[in-house]
Amino acid sequence: MSTPATPPGTPGGGALPTRRELRRRELRRRGRRRAGVNRGQTGAGWLFITPMLVILGLFLVLPIFMALWVSLSDWTGRGSPFAATTNYVGGENYAELLTGGGLAERDFGTSIRNNLYYVLIVVPVQTIISLLLAVLVNQRLLKARGFFRTAFYFPSVTSSVAITVVFLFLFSASGAVNRAVAYLGVNGPNWINDPRGLLHIILGAFGVDSPPGALQEAPFLGVSWWNWLAGPSVTMTIYIIMAIFTTSGTFMLLYLAALQGISGDIQEATLVDGANAWQRLWLVTVPMLRPTTFTVITLGLIGTWQVFDQIYTGTRGSPSKTTLTPAYLSYETSFNSQQWGQGAAIAFILFAIIVVLTILQRIVLRESDVVPKRKRFRPTGEGGRSSVVPVGPPVVPVKPPAGGAA
Amino acid sequence: MSNARRATSGTLLVTSLTYAVLIAIAIIYIYPFLISIATSFKTQAEAADDPLSLVPATFSTAAYERLFLNSDFPLWFQNSIIVTVVVTMGRVFFNSLAGYALSRLTFPGRTAVFAGLVAVMAVPSVVLLIPKFLVINQLGIYDSYAGLIIPLLADAAGIFIMKNFFESIPVAVEEAARIDGAGTFRVFWSVVLPMARPAIITIVILAFQGSWNELSHFIVASQSQDLFNLTKGVAQLSSGALSQGAQFPLKLGAAVIMTIPVAVLFFVFQKRIMNASSGAVKE
Repeated sequence: MSTPATPPGTPGGGALPTRRELRRRELRRRGRRRAGVNRGQTGAGWLFITPMLVILGLFLVLPIFMALWVSLSDWTGRGSPFAATTNYVGGENYAELLTGGGLAERDFGTSIRNNLYYVLIVVPVQTIISLLLAVLVNQRLLKARGFFRTAFYFPSVTSSVAITVVFLFLFSASGAVNRAVAYLGVNGPNWINDPRGLLHIILGAFGVDSPPGALQEAPFLGVSWWNWLAGPSVTMTIYIIMAIFTTSGTFMLLYLAALQGISGDIQEATLVDGANAWQRLWLVTVPMLRPTTFTVITLGLIGTWQVFDQIYTGTRGSPSKTTLTPAYLSYETSFNSQQWGQGAAIAFILFAIIVVLTILQRIVLRESDVVPKRKRFRPTGEGGRSSVVPVGPPVVPVKPPAGGAA
Repeated sequence: MSNARRATSGTLLVTSLTYAVLIAIAIIYIYPFLISIATSFKTQAEAADDPLSLVPATFSTAAYERLFLNSDFPLWFQNSIIVTVVVTMGRVFFNSLAGYALSRLTFPGRTAVFAGLVAVMAVPSVVLLIPKFLVINQLGIYDSYAGLIIPLLADAAGIFIMKNFFESIPVAVEEAARIDGAGTFRVFWSVVLPMARPAIITIVILAFQGSWNELSHFIVASQSQDLFNLTKGVAQLSSGALSQGAQFPLKLGAAVIMTIPVAVLFFVFQKRIMNASSGAVKE
């Protein structure tokens, strides 16, 4: 079977190798698994993927294992983490963060709280806005569609650093936003430096300024019930608005692509059935966009738990640590406080949170997805005439899953 | 008759309402960019006094003079260009090499490599922030151009795009070339790659935009002032390095300049970007 005269992989020019190569291809067509046939490609194949294997292996795979080791060690950032001066400490770093009772636990808890509110607001709102933008822009008769798409998508391509600089300016104490709301007779807050939680502010409006006794306990991650329920701080709100502003364009494109896949027939059929635009949107379009909504929420969840650039460029956790996020805390703990073990442990806990939430979301959303797409429309045709009527029940759970939180 | 007319006037109302809503949202989306440009040409005092106006009362280029003549800004810009250009070229080459091998060449271990690639794609990048520093440091390329560039030279998503593209083009052409006696690399380089232009342009766009806007990697890969790039430099500027007080014209000027290359890329390849981002290379 082997052809020793031909070096593997690269048969030189000339007539003879050509014929050989022909034969090779012929053999390959007959049976791929036969020994030796693909020998040439084996060498080339591995050669071709070597750069990628080296780069991704060194900077994506290896780091995970190294960080796992560091998160279980007491490395202080001096020398190599594999040197003899570094000791294995088991789950100590994790314990310090999760049940330590000290500053580390409180900071970690606070960062989780901050990011949790960020996620709870950003994900549903950006999903709804991107869907609405897509539906608005997708109308066939709309003039200047291209202009609107460009306008809505442009913030997504610009750097998060540049956008943060712009937003810090817009939301500065005497900045554009406060000037604009002043026209409406509202006194805007000092956005950049206001640690008050939104929910606390609302409660304050009802005269609840200090925590009732029952809420003073700190049952979880060193943060009291009262502080868990603070809501995002006024300053954090800037980042929330910014996230919605910058990502809704990307997700609008995902929805647009999906909308173009929905056949005009269905839209026309519902039109004939006398459904108005609003019904068409909620009873036909939204259910049909389910797979995209699923993607958008998954990507949204993954993205929103990783807020780093904006915080680094902007407030770096201040005021009163209300803009601290796990990602930024992980960086700060490692690079500024030299607590590398703890920093790496935060990264792994964050990883776990993202994985668990993604799986959870899959389970929750899949449950209501049991009804196959086709069956959502019950053909009530008799004879040749058939029309589609959206069936009630399966449609209901389809509304943006977290819409109520908005 | 009257029914039809009612429908038309109803449609007209809906249409004008749609336009009103769209225009309102478009203003919200565009205004921040216009206001940044306007403010970068204002004087310090005017930026603070009149943050809303789109036309500077006194046109001033002081912010830009300061940026270009009296700061490290040109150096940042230069570093950004070096890193972005090398990373973009590297990604085009390495991504398409790997994508070609994974889609067209049969070799043992291919399936396993591909599965690994998919797994790697699922790891959130922020989780790698500290780990990446550990490896870069261990390899002795911390605080060097190598440390800034090499880790970015290939990306899983890009390999994916190339692989999908190669799968979509017919094998016949390659076979013809192979029958003519061309080696695997020759076939790849002179036959397949030229056909992959649309996918390569997609990679160029994504790689350029990605490395130009990248921040966290540069934070963990270097510390010396000489290696600052635009994102790192402007982030430092934003948290008050060059300035006493707010200095908004200066900061916004920097933000405007760093947005220009990506904006140009965006407008040139607008159609393709819209397609690429929606998850499929359509050609």
